Parts: sequence; C-alpha cells; structure tokens
Amino acid sequence: MTIEMSVNGRSVATEADPSTPLIDVLRNHLDLRGTRYGCGLEQCGSCMVVIDGKADYACSREVGSVAGRSVETIEGLATGGTLHPLQQAFLDEQAGQCGYCLSGILMSAKALLDRNPAPSRADIVAALDGNLCRCGAHPRILRAVEKAAATIRQGAAA
Amino acid sequence: MSDTLPLSIINNRRLEKWLRFDAGRTLRLAVGKVEIGQGVLIALSQIAAEELDIDVGRIDILAGDTADAPDEGSTSSSQSIEVSGRSVRLVSAELRSRVLARLAQRLNCSPADLTVEDGAFLLDNQPTGHDYWSFVADADYAADITGLIAPKPPSAYKVVGQPVPRKDLIAKVSGAAFIHDIVRPDMLHARMLRQPSRNAQLIALDETAIRRAARGEIRVVRLGNFVAFVGPDETVVQRAAVAAVSLARWEGTRRLTPAHGEASWFVDQPSDDRLVGDAPVAATGTVVSAVYTRPFVAHAAMAPSCGLAEFRDGRLEVWSHTQGVYPLRNSIAEILGLPTDKVVVRHAHGAGCYGHNGADDAALDAAVVAHHIPNHCIRMQWRREEEFGFEPVSTAHRTRVAAELDAGGRPVDWTTEVWAGSHVQRPIYGGLFLAQEALPNPPAPAKAGDPPEANGGGGTRNGTPLYDFARKRIVHHLALSTPVRTSSLRGLGALPNVFAMECFMDELAERAGMDPVAYRLSMLTDARARHLIENVAARCNWAARWEVGTGRGLGLAWSRYKNKAAYACVAVELEVDKEIRLNRVWTCVDAGLVINPDGATNQIEGGIVHAASMTLKEQVTLDGDGITSLDWASYPILTFSEVPEISTEIVHAPDLPTLGMGECTFGPTAAAIGNAVYHALGVRVRDMPLTRERIAAALVR
Repeated sequence: MTIEMSVNGRSVATEADPSTPLIDVLRNHLDLRGTRYGCGLEQCGSCMVVIDGKADYACSREVGSVAGRSVETIEGLATGGTLHPLQQAFLDEQAGQCGYCLSGILMSAKALLDRNPAPSRADIVAALDGNLCRCGAHPRILRAVEKAAATIRQGAAA
Repeated sequence: MSDTLPLSIINNRRLEKWLRFDAGRTLRLAVGKVEIGQGVLIALSQIAAEELDIDVGRIDILAGDTADAPDEGSTSSSQSIEVSGRSVRLVSAELRSRVLARLAQRLNCSPADLTVEDGAFLLDNQPTGHDYWSFVADADYAADITGLIAPKPPSAYKVVGQPVPRKDLIAKVSGAAFIHDIVRPDMLHARMLRQPSRNAQLIALDETAIRRAARGEIRVVRLGNFVAFVGPDETVVQRAAVAAVSLARWEGTRRLTPAHGEASWFVDQPSDDRLVGDAPVAATGTVVSAVYTRPFVAHAAMAPSCGLAEFRDGRLEVWSHTQGVYPLRNSIAEILGLPTDKVVVRHAHGAGCYGHNGADDAALDAAVVAHHIPNHCIRMQWRREEEFGFEPVSTAHRTRVAAELDAGGRPVDWTTEVWAGSHVQRPIYGGLFLAQEALPNPPAPAKAGDPPEANGGGGTRNGTPLYDFARKRIVHHLALSTPVRTSSLRGLGALPNVFAMECFMDELAERAGMDPVAYRLSMLTDARARHLIENVAARCNWAARWEVGTGRGLGLAWSRYKNKAAYACVAVELEVDKEIRLNRVWTCVDAGLVINPDGATNQIEGGIVHAASMTLKEQVTLDGDGITSLDWASYPILTFSEVPEISTEIVHAPDLPTLGMGECTFGPTAAAIGNAVYHALGVRVRDMPLTRERIAAALVR
C-alpha cells in the first residue's frame, strides 16, 4: 500500500507493506542509508531517528505506524551546505572512532537539544544512554554535544 | 635510520606501488593498512605530507585493495604506525629525493639549494615554476625503494605531531559511509542460515514454510550445509532467515554446558605445553601464588558483519571490512578454486572490529553465493544474533602467578602460568572460515596456534614481567581445541595476564607491608616506566590514598604492551556499592614519536573504556548448541552513564621511535580496576567480569 509521511521536511509516498521496518524503507526505498542497522532489538541505538520530535528506534518500528508523521534522519541534519552545529561539534571534537554509532547518537542528541537547548551533563548522559558506542569515544561525544548546545544557544542569542 | 627495511617495503619494493601525483594537485598514497576506526589513515597521510612537503589535504589515500595497493598483511597488533608509518616515511623521502635530484640537474644547482612548499619547488627560496605535478615523470616512480634516503629529522616536523582531523568522519556524521551502505548494479540481498557447529548436518529444511514466512521472492542457495537466502528485497530475505532458524533440523551438533564457558575448563584439557624464559629452580624461600581468570569475550562490533561480492566473466570482486585484504583474497581464491589474479578484495569501512570478528566470514559467505549466482552483486548482511553467535570470540584465559620471595618480600623467581585456547586463529594462521566447514568436503579441523614470541605471543603476551626479578618464566598450556571458535581480540593475552600480574603485585606489596607504588618502583629500573608511574601517582594524588575498605578505592597498574610497544600507566578511582562505579581515570602513555596526538588520545581513552567494559561486564556464555549471549541484553557493555572521566597525558618524545599504542591501556586498566576494587573493599576479586554477584560472593567468603 502507499504510505505517506514527511521525511526530513519533505512529503514522501512510498509503496510498502505496512509491516516493513522503517529502517528498510528509509535505507532501501528512500535511499537514506545513514540510518544504520545494529541489532533490530531496540538495544543499541544505531538506527535512531527522530519521529515527531522524539528520538525513536527505526529498526523495529513498522512503517505503517509512522504514516502521516514526521521523520528526521541524519541526512536531514545539514541545511544546504551547512552542517548542523551537532555535526560540526562532532568533527571539531573528533568525537568518534569507527563512527558506526554516530548517526544514531546525533539523532538522539538532536531530539534532546530541540527540546532543551541548555542540557546539563546528566541530561546529555540520560539522552544518550540508549545509544551504545563500542569504541569508547563517550567522553568526546559528551563534550561535542555540550559544545553544540553552546553554539546553538549563541546562535539563538545573536 | 634503521639498518633493515620494514617488512612492508620488502614485500612492496616499487615506488609506484605507493605514491602517485594525480590531477587536481593531489597525491594518491596507497597503503595496505586499513581504517578500522583507529584513525590510521590520517596519521599515514601526515607522514607522507611531511616528507614530501605538501599540504596534508592534498592526499587521497587508497587503503586495502589487492588490485591497486601494497600488501601489508593484516591491520593488527598496533603495528600500523611502527611498520606502515615507517614505510610511508621512507618511500616519501625517497620519492622527494629522486625528484629533487633530477630537478637540480635540470636547473644546474645542488639539491641542497632546493626546497618544497606545498608541492611547489623553490630554488634559494625563489619560485622555479616547477612543482610535483608539472615535473614528476613516470621514471621517477619506476624504481625499487632503497630505504637509503634519510627522512627529515623530527625537529623539522611541521605536520607530524599535529592533531590533524580525520577525513572519513565527515561522511560518518552525515549519512552513507560504510560497506553496509554500498549500492551496486544488479544487487541482491543475502542472509545465511548458519551451521550450528562443525560436523552438524542439515537433515531437514522446510523451504515451503520459509517461503511462506518470507512473503516475497527468495532463492535458496544450498551447498552441503551452507545455506543462504537471496533476493531483491532485503526485508523479505531477512524474514526468510529469521524464520529458517526454527525450520531447519540439524544432527551432530556439538553440545555445550555453561562449564565450557569458564576459564577453569581449560585446566583439564589436552594442551601443547611450553616454557618461555628461565628454567625452573627448586625454591628455597617462601612461594606464594594466585589464580586469575577472564572468560570468553566478544568483539561485539556495533554493526553485524557485511560482505559484498560479484562474479562476472570469471572474475570475482569482493568488498570487505576485513583487517587484511590480501590474506582474505588468497583464502577466497583457494576455497573457490579460482586463480588469485581473478579475485580482487577491496576494503570498505565497517564498524570497529578490535580484532578478528565476522568480517572475513561474511566476505566469504558473499563470495560463495556470488560464485553460485554470477552477474549480480551479492550483499551478505549478518544478523545481530549471528554476529554474537558465530564471530570468533577471544578465548577464556586462566593465569596463575607464583613468586618466590626474598626476606624483604620481593620476588626472586616469578612464574606466569597460562591455560587458554588459541588467541589467533586467522585463516593465515591455520584457522578456518565458517563457510569452509559448511561446504561439501570440509577441511580437517583447525590446529591450535598462537603468534610466536617474536611477535608478542598470544596467550603468553605480556606474561614476562618487566620488573628486576632474578628469574622469570612463562609456562603456557595452549589447549588443542576450544568449545567455540576463538581468535584475536585487542591485546590477545595481554589483558588477562596484566590483570593477573599487576593485581598480584599489589597483593605482594601488601604482604611486604609496602605501598603498591613504592613496592613497584623498588624493583623497576626502566626509566620510561618509572616516569609514567610517578606521573600518574602524582596526578591522582596517590600520596593521599586512604585506608583499605572504605567503599571507595584507588588502584594503579602499568605495562609495556607486548613488552616492546607503548608504555601505559593507568590509575582508577571507583566506588563500590552494589555495583562498581568508575569515577575517574588518569593515564600517562609513552609511545615515542606520536604522529597525531588527538588520534592517539582517542585510542588511549577508547582502550580504557573498552577494557573497563570487559573487566566489569563482559562474558560470552555457552550452553546447548553454542553461544547463548546473543544480544546486548545478555552481553552488556559499558554505557554513557557508566563511563568515567578520563585524564590523559602523552609523553613528548619525538626523537624516539614510534611505539604502537592502540592496545597499550588495555591491560593496565583491567588491573587498576582490580586493585581499586580491593582497596575499596579489602577483598580480592580475581575472576572477571567483576560483577555484582562476584563482589557479593567475595564479600561473604
């Protein structure tokens, strides 16, 4: 059946069985391959996207359940040629090693900063605790999110 | 300059194999080491940029490609900067020298009067109108590398030693970046049904039910006990693979019990026994000993493995996140009966592997299917439970340390006795791929093996203490077989051995009535090691260390990885309530010349977090027909809320040779945690992981 939703601010209509996992629709139907498969069990956060403003797992989510809703993926973070402050902060801090966890972590962080532009370290830790990183880049990732939050606040104040 | 050429150059003597100036004022640098998240490619780029005096941004690096890049074996054992880095330095210095010699002839000047500024040639600091791109000719590359051209002195370095950002991270924070994301023409998705163990025979497979569950077009590829599901729609193929597990009947699967998963299981097993070091001597003084263990542990990469392969016109092309494209190419060619020149393996980025995980197996799985279904790109994606259930794990490892003490309580005789399975079973060391055992006519079982001592050993790694003890030895019992397939994981035996030895040093210090740091320093003459211990002790305020048993602990440990690579000292401050909570970690590392200090810091800190995760939480469990820790709930790792603050210092030693450092903090972190737990509780927990249950059990002993 045809499923309509908004992906990164753009209306899309895709032909899919409503039980198809959202991650498969994003990756294989819409060619948005930055949403990454990690476990399929909502345990690692590699597939995290933002659905109607909330970070959510794309791996087990059936696409039928997001019909008519707004989905943001890593590909939607940059605007034009400009990286999102989160992406820029992750590059500035070199906050990653293999990088496989990063798109999910960036989307979890995006949902956090959208609702709380001045998070404490504990807020950031809590927002990212559903995301695993195997390389041990956690200290840098936390620094990068703090830095991005500061950048966003400065941008808002300017 | 060293008197011998690095292995990478010996195996790849031609300059053109490494370097080429390309259009757009770029330099193509080809290397055999690959990016596995450790940041090696930017470091190698910095080395080439430095010697050639071009901007590091001009370097396009090609890494791991059997068609176009040199053969540098595997990316492992913290060897990339030591071996590949040294090679890139010599090769780059040599090309620059050849080019400038020819230019000097042309300009009728001395090469000493020529300098290079971002690739442009200057004579007495004036532009010559020539640069690498306009001047370099094919003849400049057409030579064997002599290794006789002296590279720059470290005092002249401008880009080596700087924290240059990695290029590959941009894609990784933006979208498609990994092997999993590659799209090729005529691509078909594939999943495996795994043979539960060697010798297991597939006696029934309900294909009708599998097709019904798949709800779409699939093709079943069945070759002996090798079964793959293939089709154009990934969702459909995944459904087939998930359903197939319970729709297949196997006979002859090996049976396991939880006891197979304990390190103590190895004590009674047939083994290859060896002595490394001093011959045993009858003790005259007091002998004390203790046994420490680590269970089987997993690489547990964030991404299940993936491999792509296509077979067209008799030529097989494979993409893999393997650590070694050439060894994989040779294996695939042999297994499929193809000439090696008809097989190309190209590296594509995967999730961090930390050793030999499922990458090579997934590549062979893809290649087998592609060989069977030509003219398509077969994208083989492992499932999560497949990665946990079938990747080669790191062997459980039991270390017994024994010391004969002098009157002052210091060891005069030290024995590290190790019981473990193979720490390396890469196919080049005689290990087998999963698919080999499933296809018709499987080869004989893999033989147990470990790297030789010259390469740092496996089960014996770091087993010889660097303290000034009169006699030292390792007794190694290498089990002839293991309950599940084992292979290399970061540090091999270094983590369990350093955990045992450095915890035991704390036990001996207490016995001698001495402070653990003072005790160590009283038997340690290596100045670099002493400096690190003193540095970390000062930064963690060791002098103000409190009494044992307060619930809060401070512990310290050190090692020199493989006894020949980088030195690291780590101190850990933690609290124990029901669980262990890591508060702060201090570390100091001496790795000689550090190419990229930010990349090095990332590796040092990552190693600490990884080792802490292993020490506190990780255990592969076995039962029934195999591994039972098949997801992140049954194989938990350290999370954001559990990661400590880490303070890192790197010794500035640019004039000393680079020492591999990607694994150097691994053993010391485990031991520092063990020592801090003892300091917090007053009881010694000698079996990893240091879980709530283990701590509770130790407290009631």
